[in-house]
Amino acid sequence: MAASNPAAAEQYDYEYIKKFTVMAIVWAVVGMAVGVYIASELAWPFLNFDIPYITFGRFRPVHTGAVIFGFGGSALFATSYYVVQRTCQARLWGGGLIPFTFWGWQAIIVLAALSYVTGYSQGREYAEMEWPIDLLIEVVWVAYLAIFVGTLMKRKQPHIYVANWFYVSFILATALLHTFNNIAVPVGLFTLKSYSLFSGAQDAMTQWWYGHNAVGFFLTAAFLGMMYYFVPKHAGRPVYSYRLSIVHFWALSFMYMWVGTHHLHWTALPDWASTLGATFSIMLLLPSWGGMINGIMTLSGAWDKLRTDYVMRFMIVALSFYGMSTFEGPLMSLKDVNALSHYTDWTVGHVHSGALGWVAMISFGSLYHMLPRLWNTRLYSEKLVGVHFWLATVGVLLYIVAMWISGISQGLMWRAFDDFGNLQYSFVESVEAMHPFYAMRAIGGMFFLSGMCVMAYNAYMTIRQGAREAGVAGRTAPAAA
Amino acid sequence: MKFTHEILETNAGILLIATMVAISVGGLVEIAPLFLIDDTVEKVDGVRPYTPLESRGRDIYIREGCYTCHSQMIRPFRDEQLRYGHYSLAAESKYDHPFQWGSKRTGPDLARVGGKYSNEWHVQHLIQPKSVVPESVMPNYPWLMSPLDYSDVAARLRALRTTGVPYSNSTAEYEANVKEFGTEVAETLRIDRAQANLVAQAQAGNYDGDRTSVTEMDALVAYLQVLGTMVDFSKVKPEDLVKYR
Repeated sequence: MAASNPAAAEQYDYEYIKKFTVMAIVWAVVGMAVGVYIASELAWPFLNFDIPYITFGRFRPVHTGAVIFGFGGSALFATSYYVVQRTCQARLWGGGLIPFTFWGWQAIIVLAALSYVTGYSQGREYAEMEWPIDLLIEVVWVAYLAIFVGTLMKRKQPHIYVANWFYVSFILATALLHTFNNIAVPVGLFTLKSYSLFSGAQDAMTQWWYGHNAVGFFLTAAFLGMMYYFVPKHAGRPVYSYRLSIVHFWALSFMYMWVGTHHLHWTALPDWASTLGATFSIMLLLPSWGGMINGIMTLSGAWDKLRTDYVMRFMIVALSFYGMSTFEGPLMSLKDVNALSHYTDWTVGHVHSGALGWVAMISFGSLYHMLPRLWNTRLYSEKLVGVHFWLATVGVLLYIVAMWISGISQGLMWRAFDDFGNLQYSFVESVEAMHPFYAMRAIGGMFFLSGMCVMAYNAYMTIRQGAREAGVAGRTAPAAA
Repeated sequence: MKFTHEILETNAGILLIATMVAISVGGLVEIAPLFLIDDTVEKVDGVRPYTPLESRGRDIYIREGCYTCHSQMIRPFRDEQLRYGHYSLAAESKYDHPFQWGSKRTGPDLARVGGKYSNEWHVQHLIQPKSVVPESVMPNYPWLMSPLDYSDVAARLRALRTTGVPYSNSTAEYEANVKEFGTEVAETLRIDRAQANLVAQAQAGNYDGDRTSVTEMDALVAYLQVLGTMVDFSKVKPEDLVKYR
């Protein structure tokens, strides 16, 4: 099924797409392995081993950085360069800028991880990178924007395809958020340490405006771009509704930027701001579900593919998790629910149902779709894709269920009163009660990670197979699967 | 000319501008007013910038990623009031660059941990949490007993001064601090005396139980012991605070 047009390889520039694809898989394995490790530290604290570099506090940003920016970022570079060329029917614009975005981005992930373990952090979630790394991100990002827009300008199609709108929105929003959330005063030119320009309530507002939109644009809008290309392409069907995709795009782009304050309910941030955030969070349910329906209904008329095609299954299950977590999100943004859920593991579970269920799964589907086309061969093993699918699905479910139970238990234990009006539980009793669920979460993570390793093996064998076939090209045609 | 979506789909430049407008509104409406509305931060007495030692302690708090497990933001609920104390005010973190409100309580909130436990308890707890709280899942931090590098503390305060924290660099700024915080506090905010003040506080406070050297433990415990203690809530009327919420 993965027969690709050899001419495509000459028509399009695939070199750095291949490199980004490989690094997406590498960072997924590394980032998820660190994730499993820190989850295990919470269940079995001896794993901190009194080594400063791997204690939970320093290692956690290594996990978030490697999976969001390493895996997610590399997958987005790879797919956006692929999608923009194929939908514009134009070669990538940019020349030397293209390798610069690749090497620059990889350097950022490595430098960030090294700086966290050695104790340099801005102390802002998902924006822990210190100022020199932030500057490098800024430069790479401008190059990325130039390449993307430059290629759009070269298009041979009059229309810009919907997937590209989402990529544009993601690139612009990330530039905006990154710039304003990282304004800081360095201690000196030769030290990494800096202090944020804003303080207290204003700083909290800026950080969560950034923090939630790292989810909204980096981890949602961009992956919707992926969805709008790879789902219809793989299903061999047109997008379900063109009109819905227009509404989806503008409503999502406009509304997401308002919702960050739901991370600050009941805090010292003024009420008007957090109420506004909650209002937009609830409204956001509509475009989110509009997009999910648009993706899933694209399969109408081709539902039978779900029985036989695991790549398709990855994409549809991803959309289902997207629908689930974009329902859970507005629910948790209600002030009364948030009073219970905030500060607990429920939030962590929610993030992972989005990150593992939606972001990772739609990426797996897209990467499996691209692999044979990039290396001009077939997937090494369809069966291993199935193994990956089940390991990943079971892993996510174990993870989310564990975090639902522990999160809601924490929330209820913290607010429980005895008959005399005293607090019923000390804090540490809630810590002790969480142990089984922390163990369960770590096991869920192990399932997901082992699925990822299966994918890495499958990708490696596919690439080797592609290289071997390229070596004998001209003499023999690729053998049938 | 009739507007159709086709215009956006066929012009990359217009698409870019329209998208930029769509994504800019939310942030502008929510962030800009916080700098302009006076009621965003409460007017209460007592909140002062950190001393050089406390500030270095805060650096260590950030270095170790304490915020990944501990919040510093008490919400206005009965259970939180009983467990942690008075709900947190925006004023109490107005000198916090960056804020450390946190988002997760794997361990308890620390916004008012100051004065709750003795210095000895903190030292023992940080070196080996399980020795005082057997069920704890917090890592050990034995390396905090190593000497504190305070050679660049003046540069650090200078950077904080640039962000707007009133550390004084001149006589005029010092005088202004005397007026605002009193002589005793104003002395601790002098950048020219930062190192001497840091050493003096570490020795007088004896946070780590060893007066011979200034350790990272001295700094971190000094920071933890001041958290949430600056405002005297017996002197604040609840109705004066409510109007800011």
